[in-house]
Amino acid sequence: MNPVYQRRRRLNRFVMVLCLSAALFGIAWLLMILVSLLIEGLPALSPSVFFERTRMSDGGLGNAILGSLVMTALATAGGSIVGIAAGTWLAEYGGRSHLANTIRFINDVLLSAPSIIIGLYIYAIIVLPMGHFSGWAGAASLMVLIIPVVIRSTEDMLLLVPGTLREAASALGAHRWWVVIRVCYTGARAGIITGILLGCARISGETAPLLFTALNSNQWVFNLNSEMPNLPMVLYQNMTINSFIPAKVELAWTGALILTAAVLILNILARVISARKG
Amino acid sequence: MTSSRNVSARQQQDLLGANEREQSALRRNGVIDKLFEKGTLTLALAVLVLLATIMGSLVAAGWPAFQELGWSFFTGDRWAANIERFGALPAIYGTLVTSLIAIIIAVPVSLGIAIFLTEMCPVALRRPLGTMVELLAGVPSIIYGMWGVEVLSPFLRDHFPALFPAGTGLTTAGLILAIMIIPFITAITRDVMVTVPPMMRESAYGLGCTTWEVVRNVIFPSVRGGIVGGVILGLGRALGETMAVTFVIGNSLFLNPTLTGQGTSIAALIANQFPEADGLQRSALLLLGLVLFVITFIVLAIARLMLRRIENRAP
Repeated sequence: MNPVYQRRRRLNRFVMVLCLSAALFGIAWLLMILVSLLIEGLPALSPSVFFERTRMSDGGLGNAILGSLVMTALATAGGSIVGIAAGTWLAEYGGRSHLANTIRFINDVLLSAPSIIIGLYIYAIIVLPMGHFSGWAGAASLMVLIIPVVIRSTEDMLLLVPGTLREAASALGAHRWWVVIRVCYTGARAGIITGILLGCARISGETAPLLFTALNSNQWVFNLNSEMPNLPMVLYQNMTINSFIPAKVELAWTGALILTAAVLILNILARVISARKG
Repeated sequence: MTSSRNVSARQQQDLLGANEREQSALRRNGVIDKLFEKGTLTLALAVLVLLATIMGSLVAAGWPAFQELGWSFFTGDRWAANIERFGALPAIYGTLVTSLIAIIIAVPVSLGIAIFLTEMCPVALRRPLGTMVELLAGVPSIIYGMWGVEVLSPFLRDHFPALFPAGTGLTTAGLILAIMIIPFITAITRDVMVTVPPMMRESAYGLGCTTWEVVRNVIFPSVRGGIVGGVILGLGRALGETMAVTFVIGNSLFLNPTLTGQGTSIAALIANQFPEADGLQRSALLLLGLVLFVITFIVLAIARLMLRRIENRAP
C-alpha cells in the first residue's frame, strides 16, 4: 500500500484510540463516583433516615430534607414567575433591540456566576439588615440562581413557536396578551416545564449559597424566619466539623445518595417531558 | 365612499359590528396588553437590577476593607485574621492554579469523549451515552467534594506519598475540578459538533478523508468558536466552584508557590471563614468575593461572546 495512505491510517487509528481511551477514562471516573455513592450510602439507608431529625450524635435527615424541599419549592415558584415573565418579554417584545440584547448577555453571565457570590450578595442585602440567618434568605439566594435558567429556557422555547401561529391568532382578532398566553405558552409548555425542572435540579444541590443565608439547624423548623435545616449543609457540616464522628460521615453519604438520586430523577423527568413533546 | 365617510360615530359602530359592550372589551384588552408588556418588561429589567445590586452590595461591603488595607490587599502573601493581615494573593493564586490544572486535564479528555460520541460510537449507543454525560453534568458539586476527600485524597496519599504527602492540595483540588467539568465541557462540545451539517462531513469522507482528518480539517475549523466558548465556560465554573474544592485544597493561608502543596482558593476561603467573620475580616472577605466576581464575569463574558458569534453564524 502507498506509504502516504499507511501513515494517514496509522495516525487516524492512533488518534481514535486516544479518543476511545479518553472516553473510557472519563466515564470510569464518573462511574467510580456513582459506585462509591452506592457503596457508602446504601448501608445506612433506612426509613428512619427520612423521618428522624438530625441530632448531635445520632438521628436521621428528616428535618434537613423537609427544609430543603420547602426552600427549593419557594425558590422554584418565585423564580418561575419572574423567569417566565422576563423570558416572555425577551422573546415576544424585546426582539433584537439593544436593551433586549443587553439583558440576554447579562442573563447568560448570571447563568454561570459562582453560587457563593450569590450567597454573599443575599447575606449583604437580607441577612445583615435582618440581623439573623433565615429560611427566607436561603430561598431568596436559590431564587436568584434559578431565575437565569428559567429566563433562558423560556425565551428559547417561545422562539421555537412558529410565527405563523401568532399571526393566525392575531388575524382572528386575538389581542397580543391573549396570543402569548393561550397560543405561545401552550405551544412552549413542555419546554418551559423542562427548563424549570432543570433549574430546580440545579438549585436543590447548591450548598455554597446556603452557607451564610439559611445556615443549618438540628430541629424541625416550620418558621422561615429562623435558621433552616437543609440537606446540602448537613452534608457539608458532617464532612467537615463533624467528620471525626463515623456515624455522621456515614449519614452524610446516605444524604449524598438521596440528594444525587433526587437531582437525577428531576433531570430524567425533565428529559422525559421534553422528549414526549418532540 | 363619500357616504360612508359621513356617517355618524354611532353608525360607524354598527358598520363595524361593535356595540358598546364590545367597545369596552376592546378598551379593556388594550389596557391588559399594555400592562402585560410593561409587567414582563419590568421583570426583565430585574436582571439588570440584579447584576447592579450584586456589584453594588459587594463594592459597598468591601469598601471599608479596601480603605483600611489599600493595595496591600492584593499583594499580601498571607491571610491571618488573628493579626488582621489580609493578603489575597494565596487565594487568588490557588483559584487560578486549580482552575488551570482542571482545564489542562479536562479539555483533552472532553474533546476525546466528544469526538468519540459524535464520530466513532455506534449509533445505538450515542443517545444513551450522551444523556449519561448530560446527567452527570448535573450532579451537585458537593458530591464531588465528598468523593474527593473520602476516596481520591486517601488514594493519592497512599500511592503517591512523594507528591501528595497529605493527599490534599492544589493538584488534588484541580483533579476534582477536572472530573467535575469534564461532563460539562463534553456536553457543550458535543452539542456544537453535531451542528456541523452532515453534508460537509460526508463530502469530506467522500474525498477519502480519515475520521481524524474530517474532525481536524472540517469539524474543528467550523465550530472552533463554540468549542473555545464551552471550554471557557468550564473555566468559569472551575474558578467559582466552592464545594468541590473546599474539602481537598488543604486550606493553607500562606502563599505556597508550588503545584502540589496545600493552598486555598477564593471560594474556599470565603466558605471557611465567612460564617464566623466580623468587622474588618468580613469586609475583606466580601472584597475577595468582589474580586472573584469580577474575574469570573470577565471570563464568562468572553465565553458568551464567542458562543454567541457561532450561534449567529449558524443559519
